[in-house]
Amino acid sequence: MDEEIRTEEFILNIGPQHPSTHGVTRLVTRLSGETVLEIEPVIGYLHRGLEKIGENKTYEKFLPLTDRMDYISSMTNNHAYVLAVEELLGIEVPARAEYLRVTLSELQRIANHLMFIAAFGADLGAWTIMMYGFREREMVLDLMSMLTGQRLLYNFMRVGGLKEDVPLGWVSKVREFLKALPEKLEDYKAYFYNNEIFLDRVEGVGILKAKDAINMGVTGPNLRAAGVAYDVRKDDPYSYYDRFDFDVITEKEGDTFSRFNVRFNEIYESLKIVKQGIEALPEGEVIAKVPRIIKPPAGEAYSRVEAPKGELAFYIVSDGKTDKPYRVKVRGPSFCNLSSFPYYAVGDIIPDVIANFASIDIVLGEVDR
Amino acid sequence: MLENILYGASGVENGLIRGIVGVIATLLFVSLNVLFLIWLERKIIARIHVRYGPNRAGRYGMLQPIADMIKLLTKESIVPKDADKITYNTAPWVAFLFALLPAAAIGIATGLISTNISVGLLYIVAVSSLSTIAVIMAGWGSNNKYSLLGAMRTAAQSLSYEMPLVLSMIGIVAIVGSLNTQNIVAAQSHAWLGIIPKWFIFYQPLAFVVFFSAVVAEMGRIPFDLQESESELVAGFHTEYGGMKFAMFMFAEYTHLVVGSALVVTLFFGGWYLPVVSGIFANMGYINYIVQIAIFVAKMYVIIFILIWIRGTLTRTRINKMLSFGWKTLLPLALINIVITGVILSL
Repeated sequence: MDEEIRTEEFILNIGPQHPSTHGVTRLVTRLSGETVLEIEPVIGYLHRGLEKIGENKTYEKFLPLTDRMDYISSMTNNHAYVLAVEELLGIEVPARAEYLRVTLSELQRIANHLMFIAAFGADLGAWTIMMYGFREREMVLDLMSMLTGQRLLYNFMRVGGLKEDVPLGWVSKVREFLKALPEKLEDYKAYFYNNEIFLDRVEGVGILKAKDAINMGVTGPNLRAAGVAYDVRKDDPYSYYDRFDFDVITEKEGDTFSRFNVRFNEIYESLKIVKQGIEALPEGEVIAKVPRIIKPPAGEAYSRVEAPKGELAFYIVSDGKTDKPYRVKVRGPSFCNLSSFPYYAVGDIIPDVIANFASIDIVLGEVDR
Repeated sequence: MLENILYGASGVENGLIRGIVGVIATLLFVSLNVLFLIWLERKIIARIHVRYGPNRAGRYGMLQPIADMIKLLTKESIVPKDADKITYNTAPWVAFLFALLPAAAIGIATGLISTNISVGLLYIVAVSSLSTIAVIMAGWGSNNKYSLLGAMRTAAQSLSYEMPLVLSMIGIVAIVGSLNTQNIVAAQSHAWLGIIPKWFIFYQPLAFVVFFSAVVAEMGRIPFDLQESESELVAGFHTEYGGMKFAMFMFAEYTHLVVGSALVVTLFFGGWYLPVVSGIFANMGYINYIVQIAIFVAKMYVIIFILIWIRGTLTRTRINKMLSFGWKTLLPLALINIVITGVILSL
């Protein structure tokens, strides 16, 4: 009986069909027992070639397709795209439209973060929290559908402003929402911050250090969780963000819990911005005078916004001859956040990797484009 | 000769007829409870989740378990290509069998017990730990990595929770001086001042905490449902199972729930005794039986409700934390409990 027990590592494909891949991705993991030795994300299952399609469509016609990148927060996608086209055209957007854009972007951020909390809960086995998250997100979706007629893919922003003005009674509905949500969030606090099992699952798991985060191009809440107070809304204000008063939420540790925490507290900051947005909403037009056929002069434009998941940027080149972009390039936050994931997830056990993966909040529609 | 076999040599205690009736009655009791439980759990969980739950089949969706069963029965039976056929196909039945066996030694009223063996508790512990084998069979037989990981987790889990489970019972066994479940319940049939029941939860609160945690872990329910944790291992050991075989696993799981909560009631909550009420019906013959069964089932469902509530509230633990909780927290607590009980009993 002196024979040694032979063990071997094995490869486990987490995904593409797996409950916690947030879309369709595949994590090729090399396991030694439960310990993960290596992770290689395989992407492309949702690739639709959106950047190439952008070169074959007119400027307005590409707008609905931007919705379909980060389909959890399509309003900010619209926002980033129209900013780039407006920069090419040199259009001044009316004040009312700018205020509404900021308000809508922040409502979108709230919806996205609630969705994140829901998915995060589901991945940790807390199905109740998942239902709660979806229930509260529904309040935002109701506001959005009242405004745009859509629940998910809004296609609401236009080059030069917005599709239309807000309907009668919408602002008072937003006020009701601003009152209702913080009460509901108290339940979340009670659930998460006093839950020994939850805290044990997330504290100290998947630590991403600030230096590594910067080097690997991580942006958004994931970067702020590592202690870097970088936020495009503050550092390179677009629309009227410089007229709003809000704080950039940061944490120190850079672990899964910090990433959750940053997002949870950002909901409150977004509520603050939405409140200021509808208080300060001026009267006037919501769209500037834009030529019927958008044919920008030759040149290039780079616009970036702080999307709920990180820095979202559009780089558009116009050759000045056609009404179609010469080149559209998207810098998606989910893509960069995912590509850095293997470096700080290795060495954990499977449950930690799942919690960690849920905490970086990616959406595969944007990773693959 | 024939009479001896049928009715037993020493009266009605060991006869064949009694045995067969006992088996059928146990099966019936467990099955009916399981069917009801499937509906109840879905309904309660749905309310906790702010959903409606089943509400189409029958009144309040109460026929949902039957509809589910018909669906699962009519499904195609698929065996993965590289599966170990024999292990794969027998595992669900083994799981069901070992889940059901402990029920034989748990009574639901005075004398209403399938096999009234003197080492009842020992038998229950021994048989219930065998259900791990079924899970390992399923995990190995499926030839699926998720299943294998789930099975490995189950093995580790039951190793570390079997010990505190058994040790936490020893205090009660020491107090009663018997392993027979009938005697254990009888020992809890008195009350202080006629109102406060002398249940063992008041004598052995520490043991109850350990036992309850260990039972939840043995059942594989949230927060200890690591063997089939959905977000990590898809469905754990039964990933590759469908149709009737999957139904058997589900049935086994709910049987664990019924048997586990029946055991908790028997050991810590006085079984079928309730102060005042039991006294009133004590000499009423058959009515007394019905009242006892009703009390037992009611207590059982209180425990089951708490278990469902826990499932709706907590998140899943992670595997290493769970194992260290078993070895480093529950086991010492169970040992301390034995020492305290021993000291008090010897005084």
